[in-house]
Amino acid sequence: MSGLDLVWHWTVIVITVASIVGALWLLFANARGKPGEADTGHVWDDDLREYNNPLPRWWLNLFVITIVFGVGYFALYPGLGNFAGRLGWTSQQQMQQSLDGYRAQRDHQFAAFHERDVATLAGDPAARAAGRSVFLNNCAGCHGADAKGALGFPNLTDKDWLYGGTPEAIVASVTFGRNGTMPPFNGAIDAATVKALVRYVGHWNDPALDAATREQAQKQFAITCAACHGPDGHGNPALGSANLTDDIWLHGGSSERIRETILFGRKSAMPAHEKILTADEIKVVSAYVYSLSQNGTQP
Amino acid sequence: MSTTLAVTPQYHDEVVRRFTVMTVVWGLVGMTVGVFIAAELLWPLLNFDIPWLTYSRLRPLHTNAVIFAFGGSGLIATSYWVVQRTCRAPLFLPKLAMFTFWGWQAVIVAAAITLPLGITQGKEYAELEWPIDLLIAVVWVAYAVVFFGTIAKRTVSHIYVANWFYGSFIIAVAVLHIVNSAAIPISLTKSYSAYGGAVDAMVQWWYGHNAVGFFLTAGFLGMMYYFVPKQAGRPIYSYRLSVVHFWALISVYMWAGPHHLHYTALPDWVQSLGMVFSLILLAPSWGGMINGIMTLSGAWHKLREDPILKFLIVSLSFYGMSTFEGPMMSIKTVNALSHYTDWTIGHVHSGALGWVAMITFGSVYALIPKLWNKPAMYSVPAINLHFWLATIGTVLYIVAMWIAGVMQGLMWRATEADGSLTYSFIESLKATYPFYAMRLAGGLIFLAGMVIMVWNTWKTIMSPTVASVGVTAEAHA
Repeated sequence: MSGLDLVWHWTVIVITVASIVGALWLLFANARGKPGEADTGHVWDDDLREYNNPLPRWWLNLFVITIVFGVGYFALYPGLGNFAGRLGWTSQQQMQQSLDGYRAQRDHQFAAFHERDVATLAGDPAARAAGRSVFLNNCAGCHGADAKGALGFPNLTDKDWLYGGTPEAIVASVTFGRNGTMPPFNGAIDAATVKALVRYVGHWNDPALDAATREQAQKQFAITCAACHGPDGHGNPALGSANLTDDIWLHGGSSERIRETILFGRKSAMPAHEKILTADEIKVVSAYVYSLSQNGTQP
Repeated sequence: MSTTLAVTPQYHDEVVRRFTVMTVVWGLVGMTVGVFIAAELLWPLLNFDIPWLTYSRLRPLHTNAVIFAFGGSGLIATSYWVVQRTCRAPLFLPKLAMFTFWGWQAVIVAAAITLPLGITQGKEYAELEWPIDLLIAVVWVAYAVVFFGTIAKRTVSHIYVANWFYGSFIIAVAVLHIVNSAAIPISLTKSYSAYGGAVDAMVQWWYGHNAVGFFLTAGFLGMMYYFVPKQAGRPIYSYRLSVVHFWALISVYMWAGPHHLHYTALPDWVQSLGMVFSLILLAPSWGGMINGIMTLSGAWHKLREDPILKFLIVSLSFYGMSTFEGPMMSIKTVNALSHYTDWTIGHVHSGALGWVAMITFGSVYALIPKLWNKPAMYSVPAINLHFWLATIGTVLYIVAMWIAGVMQGLMWRATEADGSLTYSFIESLKATYPFYAMRLAGGLIFLAGMVIMVWNTWKTIMSPTVASVGVTAEAHA
C-alpha cells in the first residue's frame, strides 16, 4: 500500500469504528431512567410537554443486535478500509463462480449436440428446446418471441428467405450477421416514373394494372432495380435483395411504404454473433429457426 | 419559564397560509401526474406520440411535484408555524420568508416547464438543470436564515424537539443539494456533473438516500413531533428517546447511500458500509415511531372520534413498516432479488403515500382551521372518508408492487439448464400487467381522497370566520 492508500485505509476504519462506538455510547449514556418519570418541566406553545420514559428494552436490544451484526459482518466481509475480511469474499469472485457454474452446465448439455449437424438437430426436441432458449435471449428482441418478426425484422417462420433458408445459410447469417442496403433513388428517378414504379411493384401479378404504367415502370426497373432484384423481380439470396413478386414485405407493402423505400432506401442490419454465442449455441439456435420454417414444426 | 407566558407575540402567518394552500394544490397536481403515468404503463398509447407526455419526461415531473412541491411546501408551511409557536417568537425577517414562498413556487414552475421539455441533468430526484439549482440554493439558504434566525430570537430557553428535526433537515438538504448539483454548464439548459464514473454515482446516491433521510424522514418527523402531541393533547412519550434517536438517525443516515449501488462498479467495501449502516438505521428510525405512537398511550379512544389523529397515527405505522423494509432490502442477498424491480417502487410509495402524504394530510387538516380562524374543517366526515381512501389506496398500491417486484426478480434470475435465461424481459413485463392495473386502481383511490381534501380545504377557507377563536393571527393588511 502506498502512503496515501494507507491514510485512506485508516481514515475509513477510524470513522467507521468511531461512528459505531459513538452510537453505542449514545445508547448507554441515555439507557437509564425509571418508568413514569415526571415530565421534563419544559412547556412549549402553551401545552406541549414531554415525559422522560426510559428507552424501551426491546428497542435497545434491537439496536444492539444490529450493531453486533455489523461488527461481525465487518470481520467477515470487506468494509473496513482495505481489510479484505476473514472470508476473502469479493463480488467479482461471486460473479465468476456463478458464471463458471452456468458454463459447466451449458457445456454438459451441449456436449450431446456437438457432433450432429443442424438438420439432424432440427428433428431433436431437446436440441430445439435448447435452441428456443438461446433464441428467446438473443433473437426475440428483434424477431419476436414467436419468431414472426415485425416491420423491418424478417419473419423466420415462413419459406421466404432473403439470404437463403438452408441450414448453412442460417448459420452464416447468425455467425457473421448481414447488412442489407437498398439505395435511395430520390432525385434519380422523376416523380411520374416513381409513381408508376410504386404501382407496378405493388401490383406485380395484378392483371388489372394498366399496360401503359406497366411498360413505363418495367423500362425503369430494368435500368435501376433489376441488377439486384433480378429482371423478373425474384430477388437474389447472394445479395439479400428481396423477392418483389410475393406478398411478403419486410418494410411494408402499402403504396406509401414502397414509395418511401424507393425514394429514401432502407438499411437493415443483422448483428454478428460469433463473439456473443458459442459455435454450439449458434448451431442449436439455427436448428431451432430451421425447424420453424419446415412446415411449421414446433418444439 | 413563566416569564414567556406573559405576551403572545404577533406571529407571521400569511406565509404559512400561502404555503399551506400550495401544499394542497401541488398535492393534487403531483398525484394526478402520478396516476397518469401509472395509466401510461398500462396503456402506452396514452402518450399520444407527444414527447412532452412520454413516461420518461413525466415521471421526474411526478417525483419532483410530490416530493419538492407538495412535500416541500408542507414542510416549509408547518416549520414556519411550529418554529414561531415553540420559540414564542415571530419569524425572523418576514419579508425574506415571503421571498422563500415566491422563490420556491418559481422553482416548481420552472421544473414543470423544463422537465416535460426534456431538460434534465439525469440524476434521480436532482434532475433540474443548473440555473434552477442555483435558485433552489438561494431559496434554501434564505429559508435557513429565517428558520435559524427565529430559533435565535426565541423567548423560551429549550429548543423543542420538532425544531431539531426541522433544523437538521434544512442543514442537510442544503449540503446535499449543493454538493450533488455541482456541475459544469455548457449552455443555459445543459451541464455536466462535476464528478465522474463511480464517484458520480456515489455522490448521487449519497444525495439520493439522504434526500429520503432528511427531506422525507427528518423533516416530516419534525411535523410529527408537533402535531401528534398537539392533536392528542398528550405529552411526548420520552425526551430521552428523542435525544437518542435524533442523533443516531442523523449520523447513521449519512452512511446508507451505497445500498442503492449494490453489485455495481462501486467498490465492495463501500457497498458493505452502506449495507451495515442501513441495518443499524432500523432502531433509530423506529425511535420516532415509538415516540409518536406511545405519545397516544392513555388516549387511544381519541383515535375513534378524530380522523386527523387517525391520519397521524396510521402514517407512523406506515413509517415503521417502510423503515423496516428499507434495511431488509439493503441486505445484499435481498437486494440481488429486489433491485431494479417494482418492489423498490412499492417501498418508496409505502413511505411516500403512507408516511409522508398521510402525516402531511393530518397536519394540514389540523393547521387549516387555525390559520383561517375557523372552529374546525368544513367537513369532519370528509376527513374520515379521505383517511379511508388514502389507507386503502396505499395498501392496494404497495401490495401490487410487492407482488410485481418479487415476481420480476424471480423471473429475471430464472435460468435454464444451459444457463440461459428462462424468461425474456417482455415476458416479465406481460406478467406485470395485472399488477400495473391494480397499482393504477390504488393510485386513483388515493387521488380521489386528495380531491376531497381540495374541496374540504376550499369550503373551510370560504366559510364565515369565527371571531372568537383564540388564535392570534397577524392583521389582514
